[in-house]
Amino acid sequence: MENNLNFHFAVDGNDFTSAGLASVQLKKALRQLGLDPETIRRASIAMYEGEINMVIHAGGGEADVEVSEDCIKITLADHGPGIKDIAQAMQEGFSTATDHVRSLGFGAGMGLPNMKNYSDKMEIESTPGEGTTITLYINI
Amino acid sequence: MTVNEFKTTAGLSALCLPEPDREIRGGYVGDLLSWVMGRAKADDAWITIMSNQNILAVASLADVACIILAEGVKLEEDLLATARDKGINVLCGEGDAFSIAAALARELL
Ligand SMILES: Nc1ncnc2c1ncn2[C@@H]1O[C@H](COP(=O)(O)OP(=O)(O)O)[C@@H](O)[C@H]1O
Ligand SMILES: [Mg+2]
Repeated sequence: MENNLNFHFAVDGNDFTSAGLASVQLKKALRQLGLDPETIRRASIAMYEGEINMVIHAGGGEADVEVSEDCIKITLADHGPGIKDIAQAMQEGFSTATDHVRSLGFGAGMGLPNMKNYSDKMEIESTPGEGTTITLYINI
Repeated sequence: MTVNEFKTTAGLSALCLPEPDREIRGGYVGDLLSWVMGRAKADDAWITIMSNQNILAVASLADVACIILAEGVKLEEDLLATARDKGINVLCGEGDAFSIAAALARELL
């Protein structure tokens, strides 16, 4: 357990352009650990989608990453509006993103599906009016 | 074929070429970032007309061999500095995405 690596990132909800900093940092750290490139790719893309969602849908949040011997665990927690219907949000193409967000290339409604596809396990806890916590597990 | 070789073959220009010898193994065309992250593969050439800052994060995370900006789209100088810094190859061409993809297909398929 002592060998686990932990990272904590505050994700700024106002700064669209710097969104992705946490994921890029994670990618670097995982590379230094010498993990397999495809595992790194899956983990960092899944985290980026989660980071972007916190920026565009929840006004920011916190990301925590724990790397153990056999798993990368990513926890994304925010105090945004929450997700009313999780099954609907998980559908490819479903999005409530604004036109501005879409003009930047986001809002395709593929973020949550990508997070699911690129992780080995995904848990979503969300309470409307209180916030959302998503936990991703990527096996090493 | 390397990014630098494809640049020459397809008549593209380099906006930023920190890793000219990186191998291109496939291609993906798209402007919606989550589609690119979900469908593009590592070492693809990614053809797009998007030119904002977020394409650099996407290219880096998706681990594509290069970004190719179609339709004569360019990147702002500060974004090019970031691309250089992160080792992201950025090419551009006057043609549309179809003609660039067709040139890539002639080389790879
Ligand atoms: N952290 C979050 N807080 C509130 N709503 C969210 C959050 N993440 C996702 N959602 C909701 O789920 C929908 C689908 O998310 P996603 O698949 O990432 O697509 P997109 O972000 O492109 O809209 C979003 O449009 C939004 O309504
Ligand atoms: Mg999203």
